Amino acid sequence: MSKLVLLAEVHQDYLLQARQMQALSFVVHIPLVCFGIAFPAMVLFVEWLYLRTGDELYRTLARRWTKVMAALFAAGVVTGTILSFELGLLWPAFTASFGSVFGLGFAIEGFSFFLEAIFIGIYIYGWDRLSPRAHFASGIPIAIAGFTGSLTVISVNGWMNHPTGFELRQGEAVDVHPVDALFGNPYFWHELVHMYLAGYMVTGFVVAGAYAAVRLRGRWGRYERTALAIPLAVAALCAPVQVLVGDWNGREVARAQPTKLAAFEGLGETRRGAPVHVLGWYRDGHVDFGIPIPRMLSLLAFHDPDARVEGLDAVPPDERPPVNVVRIAFQTMVGIGTFLALLGVTFLAVRWRRKRLPESRWFYRALVLAGPLSVVALISGWVTTEVGRQPWVVYRVMRTSEAVTGAGGIPVGYATLALVYLGLALAVAWILRRLARAPLAEEP
Amino acid sequence: MHLYDLPLVFALIGLAFYTVLAGADFGAGWWQLTAGKGQDADSIRDHAHHAMGPVWEANHVWLVFVLTVVWTAYPVAFGSIASTLAIPLFIAAVGIIFRGTAYALRAGASTKRELGAIDTAFALSSILTPFALGAAIGGIASFRVPVGNAAGDPWTSWLNPTSLLIGVLAVVTAAYLAAVFLCADAARLGEPELERKFRARALAAGLVSGAIALAGLPVLRFDAEPLYHGLVEGKGLIGLIASIVAGCATLALVWWRRYEASRYTAALAVAAIIAGWALAQSPVFLEGLTVRQAAAGRDTLVAVTVAVLAGAVILFPSLALLFRLVLGGSLGLGEGVAERPDEGRSLLTVLGPGLLPRLAIAFFVAGIGFLTVADAAWAHSLGVLCFFAFIVAAFPAALPPDLLQTGLKRR
Repeated sequence: MSKLVLLAEVHQDYLLQARQMQALSFVVHIPLVCFGIAFPAMVLFVEWLYLRTGDELYRTLARRWTKVMAALFAAGVVTGTILSFELGLLWPAFTASFGSVFGLGFAIEGFSFFLEAIFIGIYIYGWDRLSPRAHFASGIPIAIAGFTGSLTVISVNGWMNHPTGFELRQGEAVDVHPVDALFGNPYFWHELVHMYLAGYMVTGFVVAGAYAAVRLRGRWGRYERTALAIPLAVAALCAPVQVLVGDWNGREVARAQPTKLAAFEGLGETRRGAPVHVLGWYRDGHVDFGIPIPRMLSLLAFHDPDARVEGLDAVPPDERPPVNVVRIAFQTMVGIGTFLALLGVTFLAVRWRRKRLPESRWFYRALVLAGPLSVVALISGWVTTEVGRQPWVVYRVMRTSEAVTGAGGIPVGYATLALVYLGLALAVAWILRRLARAPLAEEP
Repeated sequence: MHLYDLPLVFALIGLAFYTVLAGADFGAGWWQLTAGKGQDADSIRDHAHHAMGPVWEANHVWLVFVLTVVWTAYPVAFGSIASTLAIPLFIAAVGIIFRGTAYALRAGASTKRELGAIDTAFALSSILTPFALGAAIGGIASFRVPVGNAAGDPWTSWLNPTSLLIGVLAVVTAAYLAAVFLCADAARLGEPELERKFRARALAAGLVSGAIALAGLPVLRFDAEPLYHGLVEGKGLIGLIASIVAGCATLALVWWRRYEASRYTAALAVAAIIAGWALAQSPVFLEGLTVRQAAAGRDTLVAVTVAVLAGAVILFPSLALLFRLVLGGSLGLGEGVAERPDEGRSLLTVLGPGLLPRLAIAFFVAGIGFLTVADAAWAHSLGVLCFFAFIVAAFPAALPPDLLQTGLKRR
């Protein structure tokens, strides 16, 4: 049986543009994914409150949120479809060489996607066509599919970062065991938990932020308070947990991808008692203008202030990621994450001590800011882990330059996609404004 | 049939579903585009939208299913196809974005003028996507996709007689399917005017697609000889005949106003021609690459097969539920109207006001112990569970107390 290997490297002038095009597609899709993960659960909670109390306010809120969910899901479906196209359009050699190893994750994800699409259809069109209980029940598969979908997709990402489950013989993946590769791989659970919490944080802070803006403009009835408090409570609880989960992620990276960790911290040389630098710029193996915290990196990564931490010098220069991109993204994520955690703790403290929502205008201003910032942190997190993996598409097995398509016209595709996504973003912004302005009484 | 054929069969079944269901959606866009202006045109556009709205997302997921199965089970073939046919596939992808945007936008539009503008602007994608996908299939079927990374010609691989034929056929078939389905929907809703319009459209589109298909056979003979011989002399003949019979039956059923049955014969006509193509081409996948050579290793094939079969067990009942709701108008509404929400009890009284926050704090501390301090993998799993338990336990307590209780007093 003859196998044809596609690994032969092709020349591609526009590798960077191909990577940027892929990154753009993720930047557009991932925030929508967050709403797919977390928003259904929040809408369902509000509907459940309605079923328990019979208070029409909850029904109105759940119905209005359903419309937002529908619009964002439509955008999520198409941007997700684009991603599956791009896996072939931009990285055909990657799919050709390793599709048999990682593809299963996406095939299973396809079914999660199906369930999500089917039940979201039933949920949206079922408001007046199903009994209240049946309608509530029809929303539960959406929330579950959001979880299984992220599980399977992130299992693929975990595999790219920590490839297992196959043997490499003359550039060809043989003896492939996809189930082991994806789900027997110990290196994806931390990513999954991190992303899942991020989904709830982004959704919670963006939705709460929108109602905080409403409050700052002076509209503050029971409806607005409810609509703000529920997502805010979720996000405020997730944010401090995320700090600790993030720390766990860092330790996992230190163990399995030391070069990536070195890029996070700009650690040029392998050393004991490695420091952490806050801010600064990496140049020639050092962080300039940063604020050093001695031994902190050793302590955080290995729970020992004298532990030896591998630096960038452990691998040849052509196997190092672009340090400043990774490092700035990492610091952005950590900085925003800390701010969001403090904001969450502030809310919880006020709730605990005074038994009410915060009243300071500054809190609501910070909350308005927290919405977009949480999206920035989300994207920075993905830049950290994905650019930190470079130059590899499959960590230490296949380079991104070996995976790229040999086809021409990448800049044309990139420009077209950027324009189309700009249009999509404007369209979504227009819909959300429209939905926000519709009077409350309009609901049937 | 061998194990290495099985995922391809699944992918072709998925392709048939995609062609029928998403095809009808794109076709609906075609009728929206050509509806013209005025009251009648608005009613056509509205009807097309309402019929497709609840199901279009699920319909489009079939394409994702096809892509994922092919790249998992036949990775080398997938890489070759996607790289050589990058241009039509990208055009199809852009068309899909437009179609989804139109649906999203419709949620926010309020006036007739806005709706009309949105539909017209985005219905263009209804032509773009089926044509581009059909042209890509034409490239595969006429063996213009060699094995390798972008090894084929980026233009002639999809701009050639076979591709043009299949692309045009895809657009017309989509319009035909949409007209049949929308006609059946109009009849079910008791809209005689719309029924009459879509009946005429279904008959016209059916005749046009039949004519193009017949006129296309000589094109195939000249441009894609192996495919032609496979279709008219080889194993593909069964599919070709089945498709012709089902196509004629659909026309007859629409003529006699037996719309419900015509839905299924129309779908069958499309499925049969896809099967015919597959049989005519088998066992060759791409030039110089048989299905067997293209197939991934045994473990992968088994895993895909198991995943697809297990997924189908969940998928088909769910799909049936959705289509029953959409086609039937309601599900169990009768029992539901009388059903009032339960007696109000606040979350806090249900769960005990003092206990939960304490429990939450305990979970949080345990989470730090297991996830942050401990180093073993089992401890980490426990730590994650503790943190999730913390969030769940603390959530009711984190909501402002007046929020839940005001709701109760109002009752």
